[in-house]
Amino acid sequence: MVPTHYYVILSAILFGLGVVAFIFRRNIITIFMSIELMLNAVNLAFVAFSQALNKLDGQVFVLFVIVVAAAEAAVGRGIIIVIARNRQSLNVERVDLLKL
Amino acid sequence: MNAPLIIFFVLAAMCVTGAISLILQRHPIHSALSLIVVMVALAGLYLLMGAEFVAAVQIIVYGGAIMVLFIFVIMLLNAGVEERTNLSKLAGFAGIPLGVALMGFLAAAVARSQDVVQAATQTGATAPTKALAHLLFQDFVYPFELTSFLILIAILGAIVLAQRENA
Repeated sequence: MVPTHYYVILSAILFGLGVVAFIFRRNIITIFMSIELMLNAVNLAFVAFSQALNKLDGQVFVLFVIVVAAAEAAVGRGIIIVIARNRQSLNVERVDLLKL
Repeated sequence: MNAPLIIFFVLAAMCVTGAISLILQRHPIHSALSLIVVMVALAGLYLLMGAEFVAAVQIIVYGGAIMVLFIFVIMLLNAGVEERTNLSKLAGFAGIPLGVALMGFLAAAVARSQDVVQAATQTGATAPTKALAHLLFQDFVYPFELTSFLILIAILGAIVLAQRENA
């Protein structure tokens, strides 16, 4: 079978790529998608440990993470639409009212 | 090299390729399609580990509902190719070293965890969905009920945010 640390390394790589996408992308929709990528990476580690230790608690937490991700996507969609309506742009560089 | 290991590497390559494609694509709809590739490959990895229920939920909720929501927003707002702006100084000077440092710390943590992580081999046994249901609806019943409040508040928030001021 596949060793558990392969899954954990893959999870770390995906999380790192999510962080990189979060920092370097300028489109607010893509930034939200990179947050989903990071949540998915954490889910992978949860399931890997859950299956390795033969305890199902980790998979229950994955279900909770998925629920939170769905709620976050719904609220994020509302925020994106409001920003696009007020600023006529999806670029996060243009949303800088709090910047000095 | 046995069959599960080959399947793992194929799916892991799909995951990493999709994630890199998510970063490099200029158009948001291409990034969304790359993210769907990552999610389907992750569902395959869950099946490989024997977590059948989580794999099904991954396909239905992530690949179905959440990605449809993203593509709906992209089409509703008619989002085009991302305009190229100069990377801010903070992202350039702090972001790149911190990102590299994060990956280094994660790799070091995995490499040092000999006894905990690497000794635990995947059993490959299928996770019983019935036991998962018992756990979810007995031991975790209060958090489960709280998530329904969370969803309700999220729906209310989405409606309040999306309505027009003068409506």
